[in-house]
Amino acid sequence: MSDAALGAAGTTTGESRPKGRALRGIPAGVRCASPVALFMALGFLAPLLTVIGFAFAEPRTFTVFDSFTLENFAEIFDPADTVWMSFAWSLALALLTVVLLLFVCYPIAYGLVRVFGRWSSLVSIAFVFPLFISENVRLYGWTLFFINHGVLDGLLAQLGLPGPDVLFTPAITLFGMVYTYLPFMLFPMTLGLSMVPADLVEAARDFGASRTMIWREIELPLAMPGILIGALLTFVLAAGAVAEAKILGGQSVIMISHDIEIAFTYSQNWPRGAALAVLLMLVIGGLSMAVMARLDLDRILGRR
Amino acid sequence: MNMTFTQQAETPPAAGSAADAGADPALPVLQLVGVSKRFDGFTAVDDISLDIREGEFLTIVGPSGSGKTTLLRMLAGLEQPSSGNITLRGTLINDLPARARPTCLVFQSLALFPHMSVGRNIEFPLKAKGVAAAARRARALELLKMVRLPEDYYGKNVMKCSGGERQRVALARAFAYDPDVLFFDEPLSALDYKLKKLLEKELKDLHKESGKTFVYITHSLEEAMVMSDRIGVMRAGKLVQVGSPEAIYGAPANRFVAEFVGEVNVFPVSRGDGGWVIGETGEPVRVALPEQMAGARQAAVVVRPEYMRFLEAPGDADNVVRGTVYNEYSLGSRMQYQIRSKHRVFLVEMSRAQTRAGDGKGEVLIGWNAEDAIVVEA
Repeated sequence: MSDAALGAAGTTTGESRPKGRALRGIPAGVRCASPVALFMALGFLAPLLTVIGFAFAEPRTFTVFDSFTLENFAEIFDPADTVWMSFAWSLALALLTVVLLLFVCYPIAYGLVRVFGRWSSLVSIAFVFPLFISENVRLYGWTLFFINHGVLDGLLAQLGLPGPDVLFTPAITLFGMVYTYLPFMLFPMTLGLSMVPADLVEAARDFGASRTMIWREIELPLAMPGILIGALLTFVLAAGAVAEAKILGGQSVIMISHDIEIAFTYSQNWPRGAALAVLLMLVIGGLSMAVMARLDLDRILGRR
Repeated sequence: MNMTFTQQAETPPAAGSAADAGADPALPVLQLVGVSKRFDGFTAVDDISLDIREGEFLTIVGPSGSGKTTLLRMLAGLEQPSSGNITLRGTLINDLPARARPTCLVFQSLALFPHMSVGRNIEFPLKAKGVAAAARRARALELLKMVRLPEDYYGKNVMKCSGGERQRVALARAFAYDPDVLFFDEPLSALDYKLKKLLEKELKDLHKESGKTFVYITHSLEEAMVMSDRIGVMRAGKLVQVGSPEAIYGAPANRFVAEFVGEVNVFPVSRGDGGWVIGETGEPVRVALPEQMAGARQAAVVVRPEYMRFLEAPGDADNVVRGTVYNEYSLGSRMQYQIRSKHRVFLVEMSRAQTRAGDGKGEVLIGWNAEDAIVVEA
């Protein structure tokens, strides 16, 4: 919109010049950012404000910005309400997912950067490819793998071994989450490790540093931005995960996203769902801020 | 300057100084015998034998791709030779990793740790040796002084230092390791001319004061001439000539070295029936052949521009060429003239204080004496 005004201002003659001057009073950065700002306001800020509005609305009503009450939050923090368990499960499983992924992805990322050489791109593609298939389909695939008389159980039965009973447990939920979010940890981590210049490692080695010292003092600190981004990304995604618990976990644990979904659908209690969503956003947002404060984006983008 | 470092004794003798080891100064500190390095199908370093003497400043020069960096990396222990032997004071070190060698490489990129302060950078080798924090700090401050950086740089972010300051930090860090031999991989190549000249002199001073062996590589012979005790010239993986700067300049082993040293007049000559003639044109030329080439039938004659003179009369020099001045350049204190003769262009250089014979743009006589020309293998 303002772009059009800007264009007009540029070509005006005589009488409309004062308008052009008025626009010129606004810094160029603000003028150029305005289309994006408008888009963000409509597409991002407005829904967010609506959700926040609903969180403070009377329970079980469908009017927003009409009333103000803390009843929804009181209900959630009431010890009789067990929704805190969903929060606990979601955050705990998300945290475990991140920790496991740190250990699983580090060797792979190291290999991609330092060991695999020209095979690196092929390995990367192998990790990206599953993303082209819907998450639900892939999770059902794992169900078929683990289910009684499924792939694993059937194979073990052929060998006369008892099949494992792993499906529909919190552990398999965690497995599903680690599986699903692996690429989101792997690639930022790979980027982070690739930012460690090889000659720095060589120099450290030349100065007599041991492998652990090089890892602790050179590789890890320099790769940390990438690792932190990966951890943040997977944590945020995993905290909102729901499909793994439903499909592989068989509802053995209820995730917070599931509760939010239920509030908006079956129980038709939008204000409660909105209040849960706001709480989840606060927790995740707080953690993200804490991590982002430690990141140096300039260095990640190679400006320094 | 206090170069002693008492904590050294507590750590394994990765880097005992030359004096401690009671090394014979005549013995080479590093010796290469038939060292080659091949990367699938490509020979980067081809059969090099070289003695690096205790305490010398040796510079390896060569155009890019001549294998000098690979040679240095093998000496530092960052690459293993494909064949041949590298010995350190008589001990074979082919497979000894870099961390166990009493040598230290200053990288072209300097390889400073960007997430550490100047002080922590300098202390890194000491930390690797397990020196206590207080002693590390004391030594780092000493080294800052040695490289002429103020003490308050200790806590400065190394990335906030200027190019010249970073050089000094890298140098201080290398000295913190207290190596017997320091390797330099063109560390000054990214600096502006004035700073480069200053740091060249400082490096030379530091070499004298520390008594350590310096091995420096560069593609700039000018840099090598200023600093080195000896210069080695590399070409396509081979060491073409090793000698003092005077020997490299005054008695180049072949045409490549002669041309690498600077702008020169070079032309092929061959032995005809009536004596030597210039290769393509058959003009007679007087050549003073060195003893070792007594039987040669082909050679290349190298005449440095400063040995070419403007002549008053044809009898003033052994060899005379008639030509016209077609360009003149100011080289600061000197003037360079391009003289076009019938068959080729000659370079003549002279001091500004001199006046040349035959002013103007007309025909001039130039020439040189046979003993002023260098005759090398063709």
